[in-house]
Amino acid sequence: MIQVKNLSKSYGNFPALSEISFQAKRGEILGFLGPNGAGKTTTMRILTGYMPPTAGSAKVAGFDVVEESLEVRKRVGYLPETVPIYPELSAREYLRFMGSLRRVENLDDRIDEVLHKVGLQDRSESYAGNLSKGLRQRLGLAQALLHRPEVLILDEPTIGLDPAQIIGVRELIREVGTDRTVMLSTHILSEAQQICDRVLIIHQGRILAEDTPTNLQSQLAGAERIRVRTSSDSKSLAKLLGKLPDTEEIKLIEGGVEVSGPPGKDIRPIIARTIVEADLDLLELSASSVSLERIFLQLTEEQNAREDSE
Amino acid sequence: MRIISIIAAREFRRYYISPIAYAGAAIIFIILGGVFVMNIGFGLPTGSLRPDGRMVLQPLVIILMLVTPAFTMRLLAEEQQEGTLELLLTAPVRDWEVVLGKWLGSFGFLLVILAGTWIFPIIINRFTVPGIDQGALLSAYIGLVALVAALLAIGLFASSLFSNQPAAYLTAVGITLSLWVVGGMRAGSSAFSQAIAYLGILNHYYDNLYQGVIHLTDLIFFASLTALALFLASQVVESRRWR
Ligand SMILES: Nc1ncnc2c1ncn2[C@@H]1O[C@H](COP(=O)(O)OP(=O)(O)O)[C@@H](O)[C@H]1O
Ligand SMILES: [Mg+2]
Repeated sequence: MIQVKNLSKSYGNFPALSEISFQAKRGEILGFLGPNGAGKTTTMRILTGYMPPTAGSAKVAGFDVVEESLEVRKRVGYLPETVPIYPELSAREYLRFMGSLRRVENLDDRIDEVLHKVGLQDRSESYAGNLSKGLRQRLGLAQALLHRPEVLILDEPTIGLDPAQIIGVRELIREVGTDRTVMLSTHILSEAQQICDRVLIIHQGRILAEDTPTNLQSQLAGAERIRVRTSSDSKSLAKLLGKLPDTEEIKLIEGGVEVSGPPGKDIRPIIARTIVEADLDLLELSASSVSLERIFLQLTEEQNAREDSE
Repeated sequence: MRIISIIAAREFRRYYISPIAYAGAAIIFIILGGVFVMNIGFGLPTGSLRPDGRMVLQPLVIILMLVTPAFTMRLLAEEQQEGTLELLLTAPVRDWEVVLGKWLGSFGFLLVILAGTWIFPIIINRFTVPGIDQGALLSAYIGLVALVAALLAIGLFASSLFSNQPAAYLTAVGITLSLWVVGGMRAGSSAFSQAIAYLGILNHYYDNLYQGVIHLTDLIFFASLTALALFLASQVVESRRWR
């Protein structure tokens, strides 16, 4: 459904995307995970026909995004990062405007259908400008779904929402993702893991990793920092754990240590055993959630190492 | 054509809930009303003014040069500011269809306003004998419509350049006033000053159309200016994709 080959985009001299390639199959939910400035929005704008790439090619639903831009745009539903609404239009008027531009058949029925789907059926006469951030996001999603697109492209669909709204929007995405290809961007690792079938990690305009969330998780297990607190003091604990072959980077913290292990390996069992065997009381053993920065750091280091050895 | 008319209809309707549109219309009708009352009250009875349907048109032209940019300034600037242009340009819609639709919508609204100003000639005609020269009036109004078409296209072009509406307004006023003052160059005798003077937008109005003479060349001038400004506007919209 989406085929991207060696896609590059520069703003002036600044390379925002460098030769990225990936694919998404029909019915797949593809996550685009990366920190701010990684090039997520740029990629999506190219795929939706908003702007052409500097080099490389991309096909969406079988059509080239540059040569057959209008055909692509007919088949894509897009929710930009800042939800584009016209504040003076009601939700229904807004959808009627977009739906008529897109030649949606039986428009009024279809509008009721999507309003229902995104849970806005009671707010159809509210002005878009008066809707809360979460409801605007839903309205934007309704607009993206209106013409039954084969491909749905959502740029940070949960950004700026409160936790309850985030859960609602995520559920909605999973639901609409059952029968079409969805590509969504996020800078939240757990979000990509929850919603997506496959995740691409993008950083500084390059794709660093591509895998299923489960594989990615285990691949990144070493990026977790394990917090250990015992009845002993920090220093002797650090010495004890330092003897283990798999502990890297031991940091002293209040009442204990923080350690990280090698990529792909969970070192918590061995730590627990060591402490019990040393006859200490284990007070805390927890994995602090992986910070995205650490993942990117790790992946970039791995990549640099690979490039050096080549 | 379908898409152009959808966009035009939306812009046209938007003027009816726009405070700026009401303010602009109020300026036009209040000032013209004042001029009209003064003329009727003092000019006609003393015989210093002849009954002429065009008596409010000269102030109207000046007002239009300052007010139409306020009607057009938001057309593209606001969409860029709010990010809705991204929505529009990722729908199966061509750039020039957006530009043309927006221009048509604003043109429709200005036609309503111009039609409203026809009330003044109707009143004069009613209360004077033998009435006014309807031919000259019609010709002057045809010229006015052509002039407004060009002013709106220039305003739309200015709006395409900015995401800031006041900047779009000032740019449009700047272009329009420049096109007005260069008309003064025809006092010069060189071919160069004559060529520049040809751009004088109000000469093309007052020389013939206002006098009741419809010359095709003047209408072609306004049509070309309109087409050029619309073309430039869609080039600017298109260029955003390439930056
Ligand atoms: N219109 C633009 N002009 C210049 N630089 C831009 C423009 N848009 C984005 N960039 C730059 O390109 C990089 C990628 O941006 P973007 O695709 O928006 O990243 P993301 O969506 O992942 O946060 C950033 O460094 C950003 O500053
Ligand atoms: Mg972004």
